[in-house]
Amino acid sequence: MRGVLIDAPVAAPAGPTGGAGAASPSGSGVPAPAPSPGFDPSLPWRRARSVALRPEPFGALVYHFGNRKLSFLKSKALVTVVETLAEHPSADAALVACGVPAAQHAAYRRALADLARSQMIEPRETP
Amino acid sequence: MTAVVPERPVGGRLIDQFEYGLDAPICLTWELTYACNLACAHCLSSSGRRDPRELSTAEAEAVIDELQRMQVFYVNVGGGEPTVRPDFWHLLDYAIGHDVGVKFSTNGVKLDRARAQQLAATDYVDVQISLDGATAEVNDRVRGTGSYATAVRALENLAEAGMRDFKVSVVVTRENAGQLDEFRALTDRYGAQLRITRLRPSGRGADVWDQLHPTQAQQRELYAWLLANGDRVLTGDSFFHLSAYGQALPGLNLCGAGRVVCLIDPVGDVYACPFAIHEQFLAGNVRSPGGFQRVWQHSELFADLRSPQTGGACTKCAHFDACRGGCMAAKFFTGLPLDGPDPECVQGYGETALAARDAMTVTPRSSVDHSHTGPVRGQPTLLGMPAIPARPTPAPPARPCDESPLAGMR
Repeated sequence: MRGVLIDAPVAAPAGPTGGAGAASPSGSGVPAPAPSPGFDPSLPWRRARSVALRPEPFGALVYHFGNRKLSFLKSKALVTVVETLAEHPSADAALVACGVPAAQHAAYRRALADLARSQMIEPRETP
Repeated sequence: MTAVVPERPVGGRLIDQFEYGLDAPICLTWELTYACNLACAHCLSSSGRRDPRELSTAEAEAVIDELQRMQVFYVNVGGGEPTVRPDFWHLLDYAIGHDVGVKFSTNGVKLDRARAQQLAATDYVDVQISLDGATAEVNDRVRGTGSYATAVRALENLAEAGMRDFKVSVVVTRENAGQLDEFRALTDRYGAQLRITRLRPSGRGADVWDQLHPTQAQQRELYAWLLANGDRVLTGDSFFHLSAYGQALPGLNLCGAGRVVCLIDPVGDVYACPFAIHEQFLAGNVRSPGGFQRVWQHSELFADLRSPQTGGACTKCAHFDACRGGCMAAKFFTGLPLDGPDPECVQGYGETALAARDAMTVTPRSSVDHSHTGPVRGQPTLLGMPAIPARPTPAPPARPCDESPLAGMR
């Protein structure tokens, strides 16, 4: 997806329900992203250092200053999860700490996997 | 006029969220100057002469500071020819140093080897060279004699300097629509990326739109070409009206004017979009109290634009969800109602609407016109003018009163 008057490659929007419909950023004109390192929710993660989040009424706009990709977080709860990833020993622990109902954990993991694929979140060395 | 702001839905598709606007634009277009060395026949901003009220360096820096605070992560800089501003390179560095990335459009006039090397060494900057023909013959008719050579020299310099991912930006016209593969070959040759956008009847584009806008047959070919090549070409999402042919094109397929994008013009006026330089789409000025942020968040015009369209002929069309009625500026400057079809509606409703216009319909014209008044070196020949008229003949006044009553008296 590309935006209006926007040529920046746009990663699939990440939402707790959006994982299944995630498409590759077609039309961005950039080579396909390198194979993702994989997302393991039992490991420690954080928002990538070169990524900024801009709060919006529906969630947040995400921008990666390095690869210049744009993405969107489609819920405020997901924004909280991404912002607090670095404070928890694992992504799963962040979901619990942010009060995400267990029934939604799978959807949130898919959203985080999308963000990992577009390098918006990155693995952390220390737990 | 009191805008009743409808309540934003929770959840749902992003496109529905975007219709209600964002707290800050995703990106915006900023035309730094109306001055330009060229006089392109279809210039969307009727550029040529510098406006004496142009934002000063300090005022431009203040705008950048504000964009940084609002987290507008990048701007599309244009003009006029932005690089003729003496402080252009300073403002470029200033923006990048304040987390506001810059993509600028240029005809290449200032991109010599040294500048190309400087750009290649700068992170977070994108360069777009404008070219409206894959051959000098086609390009120069619209952009002016010598403009193809200037652009190609800039492309050579950028490629030689090792600049990566720079763009060649093409406005698709009736005359170059058949050259898309040639454009691709040309951009591949320089390791550049092709970007094609839609011709709008904005600025001087209104004067040549009838002559230059692609035919229906060309639109269909363009659509097929985009479906086949869309993943390797940028479009700025400007062809979303073609989605009504069937399969949606990659992109947002939404008019973002005043919702997710806008324009800041050289004197600081904020318009809904770069193709809508007209008082009807003027939301405010960055020089006024509260600056750009106040205009973006509180202008009545933008509040109006952030209401989903509910009425009008298009909402009853089966393809409305695909094209959303098309381009607001294209409708406005061809004298069509804003809630009706786009003049290039691929279902043919636009042609019908154009034909049904009242004989008395006066298409709106912008009062903002900085076109060169005298002859320009390398004048476009599209309009049948000689390259350099021996003695320029003034256009006849539209009404007797438009000309000084003393004109012609000696």
